[in-house]
Amino acid sequence: MSAAIPSPPQAGRLFLEFFYLVRSVGIPASSREWLMFSEALEKGLVAADLYRFYAIARATLVKSEQHYDLFDQCFTHYFAGADKPRAFQKALDQWLQTPIEMPQLSEDQLALLEKHDLETLQKMFEERLAEQNERHDGGNKWIGTGGTSPFGHGGQNPAGIRVGGAGGGRSAVQIAAKRRFRSYRNDLVLDTRQIGMALRKLRRLGREGARTEIDIDETISATAKNAGDLDICFAPPRENRLKVCLLMDVGGSMDPFARLVSQLFSAAHQATHFREFHSFYFHNCIYEEVYRHAHLKDGMSTVELMRWLQPETRLIVVGDAHMAPYELVSVYGAIDYWHQNETSGLDWLKRLDGHFNKCAWLNPIQKRYWGHPTIRMVSEVFPMHELTLKGLEGAISDLH
Amino acid sequence: MFTNFTGTENYIASIELREAVNVALALERPLLIKGEPGTGKTLLAEAVRDALKRPLHTWHVKSTSRAQDGLYVYDAVQRLHDSRFGDKDVGDIRQYIRFGALGQAFVNEEESIVLIDEIDKADLEFPNDLLHELDKMAFTVLETGDNHVAQHRPLVIITSNNEKELPDAFLRRCIFHFIAFPDEDLMADIVRVHHPKVKQTLIDEAIARFYWLRNIPDLRKAPSTSELIDWISALIKGGVTEDELAHRVPFLGTLLKKEQDLDTLERFKNRRGRM
Repeated sequence: MSAAIPSPPQAGRLFLEFFYLVRSVGIPASSREWLMFSEALEKGLVAADLYRFYAIARATLVKSEQHYDLFDQCFTHYFAGADKPRAFQKALDQWLQTPIEMPQLSEDQLALLEKHDLETLQKMFEERLAEQNERHDGGNKWIGTGGTSPFGHGGQNPAGIRVGGAGGGRSAVQIAAKRRFRSYRNDLVLDTRQIGMALRKLRRLGREGARTEIDIDETISATAKNAGDLDICFAPPRENRLKVCLLMDVGGSMDPFARLVSQLFSAAHQATHFREFHSFYFHNCIYEEVYRHAHLKDGMSTVELMRWLQPETRLIVVGDAHMAPYELVSVYGAIDYWHQNETSGLDWLKRLDGHFNKCAWLNPIQKRYWGHPTIRMVSEVFPMHELTLKGLEGAISDLH
Repeated sequence: MFTNFTGTENYIASIELREAVNVALALERPLLIKGEPGTGKTLLAEAVRDALKRPLHTWHVKSTSRAQDGLYVYDAVQRLHDSRFGDKDVGDIRQYIRFGALGQAFVNEEESIVLIDEIDKADLEFPNDLLHELDKMAFTVLETGDNHVAQHRPLVIITSNNEKELPDAFLRRCIFHFIAFPDEDLMADIVRVHHPKVKQTLIDEAIARFYWLRNIPDLRKAPSTSELIDWISALIKGGVTEDELAHRVPFLGTLLKKEQDLDTLERFKNRRGRM
């Protein structure tokens, strides 16, 4: 071993630091992922190729395409950042060419991995990110000119198959920097397919209806009781029994979110796996009537709605809950001047919440603006979630 | 040296995908593949089979599948039936044990590949029920007490369409790869594999058309790779030239499968005033 090769602890620290960076941005990589990653390195899978290193690190550390984008950013930051001393880069390069044993973590260290203070890491990451923004340009240049750097020879293809772009080698960092997986992040707003997929999680299976499937257990016990004379029993197949009602706010302050809400609506409508699906509209707040039509036509009284839909129906309300306080809490406070509501909007909301066993409210307004008094009041009645894929998942777990 | 998977003549794999397969082979862990429909998730297992020359056991998961089915099924009804009408020795339970794909791979003595296709179709608990067997690569037949341990840990390839989220404990045990939709260059390579004799200009024009169509906003179901390949077959059979492609999209039905999408396309064209 020559002096230029980093000692195991140094190389280990390098990767461990990267691993912590990955964790600090919210990618749920555990000690199991770390062990898998180091096992792959130890087995010499990486060879002298940063692109392969990137591929292997991603395959072992990241378990969801939603985190690919974050991972790419971490990778770019860590391996192309100008704040990394050049000597360190060189050490990495040499290490990649002659992989040596990964440091073994002691049990204490492994335990530490599990409960490392996320907040500190988060802070560290943010500080670095700020730094990175300022010096980003320099970092990229450095890749461009450094002919011997590890970034020069990443991305070659041993079998000679081009993978996008020009035929030449693209470095792993450049590929990571392209942020190809941005659209898979789950905290961004959603498209129809994603919503549909999220709604599928609501599926509830149960046995009901025609007996068309052979029931083995029942058959065996019936046959045994029948003194061994075969007695075949049937059971109904497992089916989804979930009923869903969607109530949507339209018009006024909801206009900017119309596209988003219509996506949610079409996804829910396409979802064929609900036993029953109903949708209604309201304007601003729910009072004594809801409407079957988005233009607030074809009304149905809210009392009738509650009589008609059983409590086990899941209620999903979509609205910004952003209104003048009197529109929510006052009698005769409805936004339309001809509308004389004798019960306040808030009371109607409470009645709905009381009727249905499970409810959720999806709000297209970002959570940090939820300080508004009516949003606060409504969120005390209904569990409120952001209308993002993440929020929708939260709402769905409330509805389960 | 490690077994190195580099794709096959008929299956073009990106570097990331190849490395994911190689890591899974080296570490002997299951490989979880996710991706849009039509990006070749299931085909990967066949490509690995062809490249490594190992037998492939396929298990198509359905919404009613149970984890147990992949290991073995005890055919109680057949045994009951035989006890009454058959002339077999019903005391020999082993003849009523049928191994599933995973069970077969564990029982066989050669190195093999198991494909668990569309694991997300099954019940939410399904992946958790497989944890132990995938870790230990062993199982016991309760009815006979036989314990089967895999001589060689098979390469287990699991595909998911993302219909359901998989449990964390399950994910932690897997190597993960998400097949992104191919970019135009990779797509050209893929098409070439399927249509080696077609004129390059036609392929280029068809691919350009295809991505133009895919990028129309609000499509309910954007066309996938396999649909592009079918479409090009149709173009060839229909004798469509690349010049015609510049003006219209023949055999649109092979690409767009939803009525709303045809409307969306019309609206998009009208808005642009051209095609």
